[in-house]
Amino acid sequence: MGRLSWQPATVTDAFAETPQVRTLELDVTGWTGHLPGQHVDVRLTADDGYQAARSYSIASAPEEKGPRLTVERIDAGEVSPYLVDELRTGDRIEVRGPIGGFFVWHAGLGGPVLLLAGGAGIVPLAAMLRHRVASGSDAAVRLIYSSRSLGEVIYREELDRLATHEGVDVVHTLTREQPAGWRGFGRRVDRELLAEAAWPASSSPLTYVCGPTAFVEKVAGSLVQLGYDPRTIRTERFGPTGR
Amino acid sequence: MSVFSRGFRGRRQEGPPGRVPPGQYLVDDFPVLSAGPTPETPVEEWTFTITGDVDAPRQWSWEEFLALPSETITTDIHCVTRWSKLDTVWEGVSVDTLLEGVDTSAEYVLAFCDGGYTTNLPLEDVTDGKAWVAVSYDGEPLEAEHGAPARLLVPHLYLWKSAKWIRGLQLLAEDESGFWEALGYHDRGDPWQEQRHWGD
Ligand SMILES: Cc1cc2nc3c(=O)[nH]c(=O)nc-3n(C[C@H](O)[C@H](O)[C@H](O)COP(=O)(O)OP(=O)(O)OC[C@H]3O[C@@H](n4cnc5c(N)ncnc54)[C@H](O)[C@@H]3O)c2cc1C
Repeated sequence: MGRLSWQPATVTDAFAETPQVRTLELDVTGWTGHLPGQHVDVRLTADDGYQAARSYSIASAPEEKGPRLTVERIDAGEVSPYLVDELRTGDRIEVRGPIGGFFVWHAGLGGPVLLLAGGAGIVPLAAMLRHRVASGSDAAVRLIYSSRSLGEVIYREELDRLATHEGVDVVHTLTREQPAGWRGFGRRVDRELLAEAAWPASSSPLTYVCGPTAFVEKVAGSLVQLGYDPRTIRTERFGPTGR
Repeated sequence: MSVFSRGFRGRRQEGPPGRVPPGQYLVDDFPVLSAGPTPETPVEEWTFTITGDVDAPRQWSWEEFLALPSETITTDIHCVTRWSKLDTVWEGVSVDTLLEGVDTSAEYVLAFCDGGYTTNLPLEDVTDGKAWVAVSYDGEPLEAEHGAPARLLVPHLYLWKSAKWIRGLQLLAEDESGFWEALGYHDRGDPWQEQRHWGD
């Protein structure tokens, strides 16, 4: 494998997913494709040469146009507010990647596949789900997706559409606010919720957990307690911890 | 030629000169990066082992390990996900202490951990006061997600080399890729040379 280098990327489309979250579609010179679950590093350069870089998961399936990124605004952040609020179609940034060879699922790995997302942690898992459908794979996939409220669910309509495919299930839980008549779960993902909603440990799913650190710790720990083999659980942590 | 980002200013918290490697930014908190669930080994079951190319393997129980002479280390740490944290304070046993009197021709080590994680290092990157097995951070026992009960600390290399949940060192004549190293991350991981991925 050759050295990864920074590639200029042009924003070809940018649209809001929720008030805090925006998707950017990029055209990257010399992009050679990716595997679902991989990320890129994004670099911004100020006019005096100052630079800042962060990692962002690739949201799109390899079969789609792209790559697309989906970024959540962290209010005090250095990079994410720029990507969410400032960047426009036609602007250029730099990316380096794709990066990562472990938090990856592709059709060749088969199923069943259990995906557990907290907030923006949906991004790499959605790439896996899109790839599952776009590739015509018949792997059974279940996504359990935790959001604070319905308005904060990223890719909501698309997830509904994906869930109409045979073998694809999407289960939502809303931890803070549930609309009247809500039929999904209404609490944090814990052991009981997993026992009720996840594939059982006995079906030995390939399991991917992504979200803020506290979410990943809690969910991966609960899965181990429920008897899932730790070697089948892959995690990606986006967020900060207390100290 | 660089691509300029219209209107981007950045936070410019650049830190003291010579302390922040290229492409890194400073944080005050302590983010977590791990490949899988956090293993939770009770200290009664924990041991630390030196194996591989040695005359006789060595092993310490948790109690024996805590009785070894330890040091306080104040150091900067650098994660390949681009954050750096300055002046972190650790307590741990120097790898020199663990290897004292060990007769070996090995030139590499593979650190092995609960959960199956491994990382490889040249022996010279963990000797002569460059590496520790840390048991506390910031005056407190390590937290589970930061490697409890013990993690390797090799602060001059990217933090994935500072393997969490460490259980021992295997001394090897030849280099053998560890977990992330087999998955595209650089074999050595020097942050000052931005050795992030294969080919860097
Ligand atoms: C492999 C990987 C993939 C990632 N993929 C995505 C992705 O697809 N979409 C996405 O939006 N982000 C993703 N992230 C997170 C992203 O890299 C940045 O950390 C995030 O955008 C914050 O950067 P910032 O410059 O805006 O904030 P910073 O300037 O880095 O941080 C400002 C403050 O906010 C805190 N903070 C940082 N992150 C969070 C958070 N998630 N929640 C709450 N507080 C936070 C920091 O601790 C700090 O105090 C990913 C991270 C990794 C490591």
